[in-house]
Amino acid sequence: MIIAEQKKLSEITALLGDASKVLVIGCGTCVTVCFAGGSREAAILAASLRMSTQLAGNGKQVADVTVQRQCEWEYLDQIAEQVKEADILLSLGCGIGVQAIAEHFPDKWVVPGLNTSFLGLPVEQGIWSERCAACGDCILGLTGGICPIARCSKSLLNGPCGGSEAGHCEVSKDIPCAWQLIYDRLSSLGKVEMLYELQPPKNWQKARDGGPRKITREDLLLGEKED
Amino acid sequence: MSTGNNGYLVGSNLEKILRAGMFAVTAELGPPQSADPEVIRQKARLLKGNCDAVNITDNQTAIVRMSSIGSGAIVVQEGLEPVIQMTCRDRNRLAIQSDLLAAYALGMRNLLCLTGDHQTFGNHPTAKNVFDIDSIQLIQMVVNLRDQRVFQCGDPLKGPEPRFFVGAAASPFADPVAYRPYRLAKKVKAGANFIQTQLIYDVEAFERFMTRVRELGIHEQAYILAGVGPLKSPAMARYMKESVPGILVPDAIIERMEKAGEPWAGKKKEELTKEDRKARAAAWQEEGIKICIELIQQIRQIKGVAGVHIMAIEWEEAVKPIVEGAGLYPRPIIRTNEAEPLAAA
Repeated sequence: MIIAEQKKLSEITALLGDASKVLVIGCGTCVTVCFAGGSREAAILAASLRMSTQLAGNGKQVADVTVQRQCEWEYLDQIAEQVKEADILLSLGCGIGVQAIAEHFPDKWVVPGLNTSFLGLPVEQGIWSERCAACGDCILGLTGGICPIARCSKSLLNGPCGGSEAGHCEVSKDIPCAWQLIYDRLSSLGKVEMLYELQPPKNWQKARDGGPRKITREDLLLGEKED
Repeated sequence: MSTGNNGYLVGSNLEKILRAGMFAVTAELGPPQSADPEVIRQKARLLKGNCDAVNITDNQTAIVRMSSIGSGAIVVQEGLEPVIQMTCRDRNRLAIQSDLLAAYALGMRNLLCLTGDHQTFGNHPTAKNVFDIDSIQLIQMVVNLRDQRVFQCGDPLKGPEPRFFVGAAASPFADPVAYRPYRLAKKVKAGANFIQTQLIYDVEAFERFMTRVRELGIHEQAYILAGVGPLKSPAMARYMKESVPGILVPDAIIERMEKAGEPWAGKKKEELTKEDRKARAAAWQEEGIKICIELIQQIRQIKGVAGVHIMAIEWEEAVKPIVEGAGLYPRPIIRTNEAEPLAAA
C-alpha cells in the first residue's frame, strides 16, 4: 500500500494562508491503514487547526470529511456539497488523492496535508518499510522476492556493493542490505547460483524515466470505438 | 582504426608491466576541492617514477572534487599514467560513455569501474543519485566499446573506439564474505582485466580469500592488485577497523601503532608541546610506513597477487619510501613493444 506521513502543523498552516473556511478531506484506504490520513486523523487535524488558528487570532472554520478513496471520481462526487462550501481543501490523501481532487474540483484550491512516502508495508506495529519502486518491469523472479530496486540504496542489479556490513547498508545501520537478504534467501532455498549470472542494464523506460506512464486496457474501455 | 597494439589490449604501461609478469605498483591521487591544477601537478611529481600508474579518484566519498578525467589530463601532461576512476553514482550511461570517449581522446588508457559511495556520505547529501547501471554493467559497457566497437545501446561507433585496460574493485571482507569471490568472478566474467582490492591489513584473511579466488581460477583471467595503505595514527587504525565496511585491522597492528607513540602516551593534549605532537606524528607515520612495507612483502608471497595498489590518502609523500622499502624501486620501464603471451592464455 501507499505509505504517507502527516506534514507538520506549521507547514499545513502556512499552506492554508488566509483562507477562512477549510475542508479537511481524509481518505479511507491506504493512508487510513498507515494512520496518516483516515477519518480519525482528519478529525484530529481539523480540531488542531481550529485551536491553533484561534490562539493565533485568525480562527478558521474547519470541517472534515472522509471518503472511501480520494483516487476515484465517484467517491469524490459524494462530497461535492461540502467542497462547494469551502474556501480551501486540505487533502489527507496521498499525492494521487490531492491531484484527483484538483482535477475533479477545478475551481477549488487544494493543498496537501501529507507527504507521500513510499509503497510498502507495516513490518510491525508503528513501523513501515519500503518494498516497491513501481519501476514497471518486475524483477522479483530473479531475486527471490526481494526487490533491489526499492531496497538497495543504489538499486544495484549485481549487488551487493562493498558497503554491506553485518547485514546492513553503508547508508545506515537501520537499513538492511537488500543484497544480503537476497543472498541469504537464495542460499537457504538452494538457488544461490542465480547470483552468479550477470544481470544486464535495466530498461528504465518502463519506470518514470520513460516519462509519465499510462496504461490503456482496450478490453475494459466503455463506449464505441472509433474506426 | 587502431586495434593493432602489438598483442596488447591497450598497450598502457600498467598492462605492459602486468603482461611482462612484473609485480605492479599503482598509487592513488585525490584531486583537489578546487580548480587548482598545481595540486595535481605537485602530487603527480611526488608519485612519478614510484608507481606504474596512478588512480585518479572520482568524487571520492561523494565529495565534489576536480573531475577524474580533467585531473587525469593534467597527470598525462606530467608524464604519469592515470587510471581513471568512474563511478555509477553521478552519471547515467550516456554521460559515462561520452566522458570515456573524451578520456581516451585525451590520452587516458586505464579505467577503474566502481559503483561509488552513496551521496549521503558526502558534502551534497540532498543530491539525487543516478545508478542507472552498476559497476559490473559498467565493465561490460566499456569492454563492448573496446572489443565490439558498440555503444551500450548496440549502435556501432562512428570512428576509433576508446580502448581501456579495464579494472574493477574487490572488497574481500565485506559481507556476505562467502559470496565475495563469486562477485569478483562476475566482474571478471564481465571482462575486467585487472582488480584492485579494498585495503588489506589482515594478511591471513586475505590469504583465505585468495585461496578461493585461485580455486575459481580468477587470478588466471585478471591481474589482482592488493590494496595497501600506510596508517597515520592509532586513531586512524581504529576508525578503519570500526567504521569502514570491509576493512579488517588486526589488534596487533593497532598495538604496534600505539606503541610507536608510547613516549608521549598518557599525556593530555595540553601537556604536549607543538614539537611533541610533531614528533609523535612522525613516529606514528614511520611505523605506519614500516607496517605497510611488511604487508606488501607478505602479500607478495601469496600466489595469484600480481601487484599492489597503494592508497596513501592525502599522503602521497609516503608512496616513495614504501615502494623503496618494499624493494620495488626503481619501477621497471618496458622497452619492448611486443607483448608477452597473455598470462591467462
